[in-house]
Amino acid sequence: MMSTILALAVPLILAFVGICAAVKGVDAFRTMSKGVLEGLKTVKDMFPALLVLFPAIYMLRASGALDAFTDFLRPFFGLLGIPSEVAPLALLRPVSGGAATAAAADIIHSAGADSLVGRTAAVMMGSSETTLYVIAVYFGAAKIKDTRHAIPAALCADAAVFLVSAWICRLLYG
Amino acid sequence: MILSLIWLAFVVIALIFSLYTGTEAAVGAAALEGAGAAVEFLLAVGGIICLWCAVMELMRCCGIADVLARALRPALRRLFPGASEDREIMQALSANVSANLLGLGNAATPMGIQAARGMARLGESGIASDELCRLVVLNTASIQLLPTTIAAIRAAEGADTPFDILPAVWISSAVSVIVGLAAARLMEKRK
Repeated sequence: MMSTILALAVPLILAFVGICAAVKGVDAFRTMSKGVLEGLKTVKDMFPALLVLFPAIYMLRASGALDAFTDFLRPFFGLLGIPSEVAPLALLRPVSGGAATAAAADIIHSAGADSLVGRTAAVMMGSSETTLYVIAVYFGAAKIKDTRHAIPAALCADAAVFLVSAWICRLLYG
Repeated sequence: MILSLIWLAFVVIALIFSLYTGTEAAVGAAALEGAGAAVEFLLAVGGIICLWCAVMELMRCCGIADVLARALRPALRRLFPGASEDREIMQALSANVSANLLGLGNAATPMGIQAARGMARLGESGIASDELCRLVVLNTASIQLLPTTIAAIRAAEGADTPFDILPAVWISSAVSVIVGLAAARLMEKRK
């Protein structure tokens, strides 16, 4: 039942939104075309960061540095029940959305999308944000100088995501 | 600036490591391969991102985001008792949270900033109030119901069902919101 729903997630959402549009009398085709152009802008904005960061991460992987780093962290991460392959993603995630996307793509590519490591990376990426960037945007716009406990609290949440996503994946897909 | 540092560190470490492990040729090739891979990646993911943006735009036009915003208001009133007395802030706040849930990133940020500015006006100038910290923590913990970018990456890498990670993402997002808000609550009492 659950797996049928998840497999049909996309068609179900399309049908649901399409029916809503029909009921409300919204021109679905024209509205969606407008949305596609929005999406194109998002893709365009992603491009520069990814083009600069992908070669750097590919070089890191090819040089063996990435494997050395994950091997080095393995005993510690093993203790916490986390696959150490996702360590680069965990470190980059709060700092840079582009670097995290490139790292996640690299991990998923080299471990396989349906492997435990690949799924853990995907869940980590999907349930977190570029924390420090969001904080800078919000407090910058609100002209706040003293951010008090916002940064440590947000980083606590990130640490929780990191641990919990690894545990959940091992439980559900291990 | 921080991105420049990360990038430079990657390149220098890769260079030094390649000399140490004797992988000079592979690293040289990887630099160019990476650029091609970035384009391939965006082409594979771009179509799915565009489709999602189209669906999201339709959701917005059909008023699904507004319905969700109204449904969220009682819960948000308890979380933000101070701001709830100001109608304008409350409207921006519930629009921000509902846009975040639906993955309407472009709509969520302006609404969130409007709410943040309103909260900053209510408090001491230049100092983040407890509720403003709570708003920021809520926005740094991803509460997106459909993480479309990562699903697109999974689809591009040949996952059987790209969305089958949804239950795990929901649980882990919920934990992140709870931990973030609990940590903020604990720390706000200590001045």
